[in-house]
Amino acid sequence: MSEQFVHDPEYKVEVRNLTKNFGELKVLNDISFNIKKGEFICVVGPTGCGKTTFLNLLTRIIQPSAGDLYIDGEPADPTKHNLAFVFQEPSAIPWKTVEENLRFGLEIKKLPEDEIKSRVENIIRLLGLEEFRNSYPHQLSMSTAQRVIIGRGFAMSPDLLLMDEPYSQMDIKLRFYLEDEVIRLWKELGSTVVFITHNIEEATYLAERILILSNKPTTIKEEVHVDLPHPRDVTSPDFIKIRKYVTDQIKWW
Amino acid sequence: MGSAPETKKLTQEQRIAMVQEKKRRTQRLYLTLSIIGILVFLLIWEIASDAGFVNSRYLAAPSTIFKLFITKLTDPNPDGAVLGVNILASLQVSLTGFFLAIIVGIPLGLLMGWYGGFESFVRPIFELVRPIPPVSWIPLTIVWLGIGLPAKAFIVFFSAFVPCVINAYTGIKQTSPVLINFAKTCGASNFTIFWKVGIPSSLTMVFAGVRVALGNAWATLVAAEMLAASSGLGYMILMGRQFARPDLILLGIVVIGIIGVTFTAILGRVENRVLGWKK
Repeated sequence: MSEQFVHDPEYKVEVRNLTKNFGELKVLNDISFNIKKGEFICVVGPTGCGKTTFLNLLTRIIQPSAGDLYIDGEPADPTKHNLAFVFQEPSAIPWKTVEENLRFGLEIKKLPEDEIKSRVENIIRLLGLEEFRNSYPHQLSMSTAQRVIIGRGFAMSPDLLLMDEPYSQMDIKLRFYLEDEVIRLWKELGSTVVFITHNIEEATYLAERILILSNKPTTIKEEVHVDLPHPRDVTSPDFIKIRKYVTDQIKWW
Repeated sequence: MGSAPETKKLTQEQRIAMVQEKKRRTQRLYLTLSIIGILVFLLIWEIASDAGFVNSRYLAAPSTIFKLFITKLTDPNPDGAVLGVNILASLQVSLTGFFLAIIVGIPLGLLMGWYGGFESFVRPIFELVRPIPPVSWIPLTIVWLGIGLPAKAFIVFFSAFVPCVINAYTGIKQTSPVLINFAKTCGASNFTIFWKVGIPSSLTMVFAGVRVALGNAWATLVAAEMLAASSGLGYMILMGRQFARPDLILLGIVVIGIIGVTFTAILGRVENRVLGWKK
């Protein structure tokens, strides 16, 4: 399985033969794909297909059984590369203010103070968080707290930003609003984003490319390119056609 | 949005201020009620003594205790030390024990809760020592340390040490896994996560532990001063028993109570400082 890995400079992130077993249980089976710099990818799949395991492997919270993930041709390493993760659960640090939360990851990376300052100010400006700067997370509404977390991810200027169903607990209005917000930040900052969701409409609305996962043991069943300009119209025929196609692919086992 | 109600226009700061003002008002009300409660209690006590419901040989009236308090400020009789000396002696014992317990207990609990290897190493000994009542160390302490300050402080230390360890341990064990994972994806080392995520999130529990420790430290004081002493509040109480002076005993109890409340209040202040984000 260990054929020599050759880095292709066209890609920012290269995933090769990623496999994960928990004892007998094969969760991920030989997943390979590439992501270009600045690409926005959505990963969809049925519930329980190992999406979270997949993400945890990408962020190195757990180690793969075989295969690897390369960033700029090097095996990914959270201490060297900038990985950022927006979790499904609220993950703002409760004892830090909004500003301190935005600074946290940058301070761990030991960036110079003026760099931290300018990045944090930029995010505060982009997300309109000025009036919440000194508030603590529990004083914020849920959507504002989630915006802080998303901002915190983008503030890292990540090589790879991973988002694990960040909007699954929100009502539809908030979701639309935050989806646009994410697209705006992504365009502004040019980050590379992998967005995991079980909501096909959301995937079609956001992604440049959709990876469809299969049931366990999980592989990539298909890639779908979405060549529609942002912001997308969820009622346009092209949009509906793609959404229907992806839905059909997920239904078919 | 033009006809939005007035509340919508408040900024975040104003909204917080409003909530806090409300909170302060409730607090003032509760404080008044507490003071009234104490006064009513004292009044009933005073009336019961003055009217002769209770024999003054068994229970002194609050006014008698207050008079004795004034006398004891300057008069070393009958126990051999003025009140100030007694208080200082007791403070020295309890605070030495209490701070030692904090300095040793909290780091021990934190390390035990975070590092599995360290936990396996220390936990069995700790579990063995934990259920032993602090007072049962007294005879051994006399053999080891004699009857001076170290011996008494050691007894107090034991009573305050256990809650410090247990709460620090439990507190850091409860660190949210999401926050740990988040710090990991930032590239933080295990020690950095321990320092920047584990410890801050354990602080609520740690403070609860310190509160219990403070109570225990005060409670064991009398026992520690029974070891042998020539001054101290516990000693004064003991002498009161020997001279059959309920007023002296009660004065000792009341002073211990008041100092205990003062410390709890100071601790509350510190806690508000450190955990101010919860407000």
